[in-house]
Amino acid sequence: MIERYDSIIVDITCRIMVPFIQLFGMYVIFHGHYSPGGGFQGGVLLASSMILHRLSLGYKESYLKLPPARASVLGTGGMFLFILTALTPIFFGGVFLDYGFLPIPGLEPAELRYYGILIAEIWIGIAVFGCLVVIFDRLTERRLD
Amino acid sequence: MKAIATIIIAAFAAVMIYATSGLSVPGDPESPAAGNVSEFYIENSMEDMHTPNIVTSVLADYRGFDTLGETLVIFTASLACVLILTRRVDRD
Repeated sequence: MIERYDSIIVDITCRIMVPFIQLFGMYVIFHGHYSPGGGFQGGVLLASSMILHRLSLGYKESYLKLPPARASVLGTGGMFLFILTALTPIFFGGVFLDYGFLPIPGLEPAELRYYGILIAEIWIGIAVFGCLVVIFDRLTERRLD
Repeated sequence: MKAIATIIIAAFAAVMIYATSGLSVPGDPESPAAGNVSEFYIENSMEDMHTPNIVTSVLADYRGFDTLGETLVIFTASLACVLILTRRVDRD
């Protein structure tokens, strides 16, 4: 189990860095259509921000920000919603993962695929974020003996 | 038992190393990997999903199954970590 690192410099630096890393992670997820990036890379950045938070501020404070149970809910929920999003076109006569078949008026199939990819990438990012934080939490779990 | 396992692993490694001699040169335009679908992806990506980044359109749409599998791999890894590393109370 990680205790708080007793240094004012580390404390303040990590407190300032964490939101910006999270912002950059979200930028990487949402800007994946135009630049290198996507759900996996953005999710890893989000997870690394939480791991930095856990490493520098200790579990007592960091578990208030993101409890381990909520991280596992994010991981499984993101995975489930990604599969659900991928399955949705099947119910409208399409094929798996082809969002061009969704019956949304005013959008041509290419634009539907554009937004479908974006939504799928968001779920992938959340799933990767949750799964990596769960792995870190399990590895640094408190030993009771 | 250990000797048998070593022999099997060595034989498998020998087969794999022999198989690498049949791989195509990276970047070769005549190789099978570069000939069939790459041109289709490059030509049709913009019309099919209005995405300038071809890598994203290949990963998330043309080969969405691959992305699904990758996400499942990470999910399975975290599941294995939870199952193996979680401290359980001994009931005895």
